[in-house]
Amino acid sequence: MFKKFILSCFILFLFTNTGICRTDYDYVNISNPFLKKIPIAIPVFKAMYETEIENQIATEGANLLSDTLEFTGYFKILNREGFLEDIRKIGTTGQNIHFQNWISVGAEMLVTGLLSVKDENSLELELRLFDTLKVNDNDKLLIGKRYSGGKNDLRKMIHRFCSEILFLLTKSYGYFDTKMAFISTASGKKEVYMCDFDGQNIEQITRNNSITISPSWSSDGAWIAYTSYYKGKPDIYILNLKEKRVTNVTEKGSNLSPAWFPGRFALAASMSFSGDSEIYLLTGTGKIIKKLTNNLGVDVSPSFSPDGKKIAFVSDRAGGPQIYIFDLSSENTERLTFQGKYNTSPNWSPKGDKIAYSGIDNGEMNIYVIGSDGKGLTQLTSSQGKNEYPSWSPDGSLIAFNSTREGISRIYVMTAYGTDQRRLLTMPGEQTSPSWSPRVGD
Amino acid sequence: MFKRVLISVLLVMVVFGLMFTAACKKKVEPPAPPAQQEATKDASAADDAAKKAAEEEAAKRRALEEAEAAKRAAREAFMNEDINFDFDKSALREDATEILKKKAAFLKDNADVNVMIEGHCDERGTAEYNIALGEKRAKSAKNFLVDSGVDAGRLNTVSYGKEKPLDEGKTEEAWAKNRRAHFVIQ
Repeated sequence: MFKKFILSCFILFLFTNTGICRTDYDYVNISNPFLKKIPIAIPVFKAMYETEIENQIATEGANLLSDTLEFTGYFKILNREGFLEDIRKIGTTGQNIHFQNWISVGAEMLVTGLLSVKDENSLELELRLFDTLKVNDNDKLLIGKRYSGGKNDLRKMIHRFCSEILFLLTKSYGYFDTKMAFISTASGKKEVYMCDFDGQNIEQITRNNSITISPSWSSDGAWIAYTSYYKGKPDIYILNLKEKRVTNVTEKGSNLSPAWFPGRFALAASMSFSGDSEIYLLTGTGKIIKKLTNNLGVDVSPSFSPDGKKIAFVSDRAGGPQIYIFDLSSENTERLTFQGKYNTSPNWSPKGDKIAYSGIDNGEMNIYVIGSDGKGLTQLTSSQGKNEYPSWSPDGSLIAFNSTREGISRIYVMTAYGTDQRRLLTMPGEQTSPSWSPRVGD
Repeated sequence: MFKRVLISVLLVMVVFGLMFTAACKKKVEPPAPPAQQEATKDASAADDAAKKAAEEEAAKRRALEEAEAAKRAAREAFMNEDINFDFDKSALREDATEILKKKAAFLKDNADVNVMIEGHCDERGTAEYNIALGEKRAKSAKNFLVDSGVDAGRLNTVSYGKEKPLDEGKTEEAWAKNRRAHFVIQ
């Protein structure tokens, strides 16, 4: 799909005063950006020639844009039924729009789209984001882009535009080109699957016909490491996604929970060939570089800090499982979690300031976030089944996890503050262990 | 002179008599037992022996079967009797060590048997932590058997963590059953 796709985008309008958004007000509240959502109107796009295919894409595109912006947690998508004017009749540019009509329905922002399908395979799409509340009409247009490509590139065009919007609001391009790896029993056995960030385009990755767990992405998105009982015991497999090439680590004992080193072709993993599970640093081809922990008992589930200087991991050295932080340069280990007797599956936030994990307290398993300095412990899920395996989106705004809140285990997404919890996808079998890919780009 | 003749006569008589006695003796010799009677006696003795042998054979077979059954039962008991653990623990409980003592005895009686000890956990907690915990459980069992005199080379371990529960239930009872070490003869 990507190969035949040549996407060009042009900046239609230059911003003469890009500082406006910062000087006037912040769109996104830093302390909890998901509390007050930005009301945004996304009317059905205008079709240039109003052919059947154009009209279909006009609705499909506007709906996808709505779903994608809603997914971020920053927006409240306004119901189209209440809209006072029809941009398909009046036009999609600032000169045509009567902003008062949009302010009246509560829209602080407005997205308009104009598209044309000239022949079977060519799609042109103009998208504009307006701030309806700006005093000066010339300041109202925040982003204007024109995309041209094939008809099948609609999804990609919409995601590109959403990235622009997110960058304007948060200074981060988001995750609209990312994927999610996870474990599903859809085939009868636990296997690695993959889907787009929004749960679309599900694809089975492994066919081991045995227990497969712990998928983990390399920071360039080219490799997935996982654990499988393919040879009858837990071993680590390192898969090159493009070349479908697999390397394995089959030392004696259990070879578990691989985690990639940020920016390097190396990983940390738990191995028990010495008779006791310890965390080791391995090359991307599975050769041992160094033993990191030295403790009698369980040491598993490493997760690197984004700068690659520290590793959060799980150890039972104090009795039950707790999360510890190992400093790679000083080789010191410090205990991070003290609340609750059972804390596992740490996942370091992309900004480096927080660690999400799952903990059992009062018989419930929930997702928690704690500062990497041990401060600011926050519980994100509560009284809704078993919740585990938190995985941050690459911009740090969302957390994917699995939950049994609707019976069998499925994958859910919530904001980093615990709001907007929703199911990511529905498919046969049980889904667990989501792992959010880095931004892969193209 | 007369005396001499008399003695001679007497001697002759004695000789005669002796001769006669010898002949008589020959005559009164008891008849040899009839051949048929002898054969019958021999056959019944053989019968008895065969019967005895058959009985012995059957007894032996029975004993062997019983021994085989006992062996099978011991083998099955060895395979079927799991040891259980407390939540998030790999230390051996007293009931577990009692079972392990029987297993050690079985392994000493069956020197050709190699064993895979599987460590299992209940469904709580992550798959990864539970695999590591299950491995500790399998190794606790192995160490006990080694300490009881079983050659370590005969004992292998593997952990399945929470991946192969005996009971899919979400109750404390199901969890207790699932926290186990299981023994498989290889």
